[in-house]
Amino acid sequence: MSESSCGSNGQIMILPCSGGSNVGQLSNKAAVELTKEGFGKMFCLAGIGAHLGGFVKSAQDIPTLIAIDGCSVGCAKTILEHAQIPVKNHLVITDLGIEKNKDLNLKESEINDVKQGVKKIYAKEVASKLPPPNIMGVGCCCSGKC
Amino acid sequence: MEIKVLGPGCAKCKKTEELVMQVVSEAKIAASVEKVSDLMQIAGYGVFGTPAVIVNGEVKCVGKIPTKQEILNWIKS
Repeated sequence: MSESSCGSNGQIMILPCSGGSNVGQLSNKAAVELTKEGFGKMFCLAGIGAHLGGFVKSAQDIPTLIAIDGCSVGCAKTILEHAQIPVKNHLVITDLGIEKNKDLNLKESEINDVKQGVKKIYAKEVASKLPPPNIMGVGCCCSGKC
Repeated sequence: MEIKVLGPGCAKCKKTEELVMQVVSEAKIAASVEKVSDLMQIAGYGVFGTPAVIVNGEVKCVGKIPTKQEILNWIKS
């Protein structure tokens, strides 16, 4: 079930693959913790996979979406692509150097690595939306209009 | 035609409801417009945020105030 809050414009939607391996569950755990910390809001990938209208439309309309896949199989990314949802921000946990296995006893350090990975991806997105610096190398507050 | 505006009651939700009522009235379309403010009911539609607009069971918009033109397109299509 999704929790609704008025005005989702400023929010970050986090969609973990939540798969059945250590890295799948790391994606889930990181998404839960990032939601609790107020960084963003975890949303139901299963609802999107089921092509339920409210879930799909929500993901299509959200300005910032971050998909977390445990491994390079990329289930979360593929589910989103099947639902015509563009995936601009995508983290693959094994790319962080965490090896995939079946040990579901998650390590705190690895959870933190995944959370940092998500935050770095978001920081990159924010940086890409900033206006280019002016000739002095310092950006002004005109949003590129001067 | 059945239109539902989902929102717990903030300014954005009220504005959305107002716009929907305006467009329905101006376009002279027979439609029932229902405001859904119960959070459990809203959650049942699977929307990430509000306001959201549902036309004949189809979620048309989530988390923003639609324009009058958008609303008109939904109810005329």
